[in-house]
Amino acid sequence: MQTLAPVDVVIVGSGWSGMIMAKEIASRTPLSVVLLERGGPFRGLATYGNEMDEVDTFIRKRQAGNPAHGLATTRASRNDRANPLRQYGTFPWVGYGMGGSSDHWGATSPRFMPEAFEIATHLKHLHGADKLPPDNLIQDYGITWKDIEPYYTRAEEMMGTSGKAGNLNGKKIEGGNIFEGPRSKEFPNPPHPQLYAPQLFARAAKELGYHPFPMPSSTLSRPYTSPDGIARGGCQYCGHCSLFGCMVGAKASPNFTLLPIVQRKKNFSLRTHSQVRRVVHKNGKAVGVSYVDEAGKEFMQPADVVVLAAWVYNNARLLMLSGIGEQYDPVSGKGTLGRNPTFAVHAGLDFFLDKPQNVFMGSGGMATAIGDFGGDLGSEGADAGAFRGGLVFCYTQGDPPVISAFGAVPEGSVERNWGSKWKQETLKWNDRYATFLSTQNHFPYRQNYLDLDPTYKDKWGDPLLRVTMDWTDAERKQAAFVVKKQVQIAKAMGALAINPKPVPSASHAAPLMVDNHSHGGAIMGTSPENSVVNTYLQHWQMSNLFVVGGSALPQGEEHLTMTVAALAYRSADAFIDRYVKRPGPLA
Amino acid sequence: MKRRQFIELSANSIGGLLIYSLSGVPEVVNAQEGKVRVPLRFFTEPEARAIVAACERIFPADESGPGATQAGAMVYIDRQLAGPYGADKYRYTEPPFVESAPGHGFQGKENPREIYRAGIQKLGPDFATLDPAQQDERLEAIEKSHFFQLLRQHTIEGMFCDPMHGGNANLIGWQMLGYPGPQMSYREEIGKHNGVAYRIKPQSLEQILGYPVKPWEDEERG
Repeated sequence: MQTLAPVDVVIVGSGWSGMIMAKEIASRTPLSVVLLERGGPFRGLATYGNEMDEVDTFIRKRQAGNPAHGLATTRASRNDRANPLRQYGTFPWVGYGMGGSSDHWGATSPRFMPEAFEIATHLKHLHGADKLPPDNLIQDYGITWKDIEPYYTRAEEMMGTSGKAGNLNGKKIEGGNIFEGPRSKEFPNPPHPQLYAPQLFARAAKELGYHPFPMPSSTLSRPYTSPDGIARGGCQYCGHCSLFGCMVGAKASPNFTLLPIVQRKKNFSLRTHSQVRRVVHKNGKAVGVSYVDEAGKEFMQPADVVVLAAWVYNNARLLMLSGIGEQYDPVSGKGTLGRNPTFAVHAGLDFFLDKPQNVFMGSGGMATAIGDFGGDLGSEGADAGAFRGGLVFCYTQGDPPVISAFGAVPEGSVERNWGSKWKQETLKWNDRYATFLSTQNHFPYRQNYLDLDPTYKDKWGDPLLRVTMDWTDAERKQAAFVVKKQVQIAKAMGALAINPKPVPSASHAAPLMVDNHSHGGAIMGTSPENSVVNTYLQHWQMSNLFVVGGSALPQGEEHLTMTVAALAYRSADAFIDRYVKRPGPLA
Repeated sequence: MKRRQFIELSANSIGGLLIYSLSGVPEVVNAQEGKVRVPLRFFTEPEARAIVAACERIFPADESGPGATQAGAMVYIDRQLAGPYGADKYRYTEPPFVESAPGHGFQGKENPREIYRAGIQKLGPDFATLDPAQQDERLEAIEKSHFFQLLRQHTIEGMFCDPMHGGNANLIGWQMLGYPGPQMSYREEIGKHNGVAYRIKPQSLEQILGYPVKPWEDEERG
């Protein structure tokens, strides 16, 4: 192993978290910063145009990391044997290459509800602790809405989020999400135009007494220059959005909004094709990271400060492989590392309409939403066993482009899914359907956790991460409750047929619960007893180690990108304003 | 080295221009005549004939429009199997292989090439010569198999892929759906055409970009 020249800060991962840390530190301090990314360099806009091919990009995921190197294993309970995720398909592509997952996200950009940050206190007060699902590990973040709101604003301004405020400094505004937490500023850009089915949804929802609003999206609705001076053009609605790189740079990505800034800095350097295997530590301090390059050559990069900002669960895995912190044990309840992995409860339906929708147009985050079933579901929900909801939103496919959007037929309309009858039915409905989705809170439970797999290993011989996770009745009840509401709205929109998405039964859910919407494993909190990092995402036991990203969220909520970005800004501020002046614990 | 295999197909059975009569019945117009000799990358000629026949039963030409033979779905599948996908170069293939919940996806050891070879055996050596009802019977018997699920999925991909992958010949699949291809912008159209079909002449990625793009299966052979 070759030992390299020491640097001040080494950052692992180039998604939003890693790149926000890199840009803030390299711009505001003279510290030398090295960023290590396991995948390749930014491929450029012209390449993204060439990649507008569904087979290679969307289906085979040519530009993603090679699953043959090892992804993760999953199982529903600790009594089961875990199986590896062997291929993409059931396991969506997670970040690999410059920008990480942030380069191919759909750009759906809501904030969390204010009470999400104090959720345990809030729900126990509202319902009583004994009413909540058994064995839940819900936990407060240790921060409040006031702490995080300015950072949400900063993230939105950096990305150029398009939307409409529904609560500006406490003043409710019709047309925005009136249930959202008070925001200090309007969105930097106006909402996108609404597609046809979402327009019908808005009308029907209003008639039913709900409050429709355009889903915030960090794809630009118009040309925009960020406070950092980065100018980008507006969305072209090409229908190649989620899982594609944006060929005009309208969809926010660290490659567009942050990389051009840090690349100019003399104190910043980037190394791609660098797979980090360990955080190296000595006497309770991180001393650097070890990594392997494309040719298999091993390096030790000494650094004063280590920032982990890998794919959500890889943060926890790197800590496990490095022997930092105590592994969580679901039997004794001891240990914090690997605790509280959560997903988001996805509940929805496809429904069929009489008019063509032109589903090939649009962008990933384009949808109309209602917040009426977001956050607390009140006594109506609690009586049905459902405590927290999520935004209900309506979209037409927009993306995926054509093959993956093909084949929806009303349930029971044909006997088999091939042959002439099926073909005619699919052609009849091909451009005449829309989708409802709700991404709802997912509670953490004592029995759900992450650890290292005893059997399967990655290309470098390190154990894969093992995810043990399943839904409980609480999630199933919550999904059923919200789908019932969705059916009511779909009918009011004139749906000719409705296909509810199946609510996964026990043990079938686990493999479907690992992707870019995952949370936890190295959570933040108020003490080393209940968390891995403090609220500045600094490791409790190792003050020169920061673990930034979705790994810090104690439970599943809405789409998490904006919250992840906001927490990274907050961490960067604490590091620059306090840690650099006086290294040591920040909390 | 193995002798190169070809399949001969009648030229007017592939691709073509889709014209709709006043009553909305699609008709395929094809100027080509004679035979096309398609070089095969993976299948043997008898295997290719069996796959052409099976794809056509999954997605048949009928009064609603063209089917898998006209799109060249078999050619698409042949190239995918010859490429990195067919060899499982991008799949985690470490043992042990243990069956699991369906959500885990295929957990077997066999790669797509092996699955197809074994699946074609199951269809029988006479499959291509059977009448459609008999072919349907054979397909129904293997409907639940992993081979059939792959074949069905790949047939749809071959119907509607960009033609650089060998399927969707003359954009016949996209013509049938009214899918315009990977157009770079709908900025002027977005939010208009509410409930009204917006159908422009489809174009392939190469036609839109003005230069060819190399598909993965061509870049990584074998």
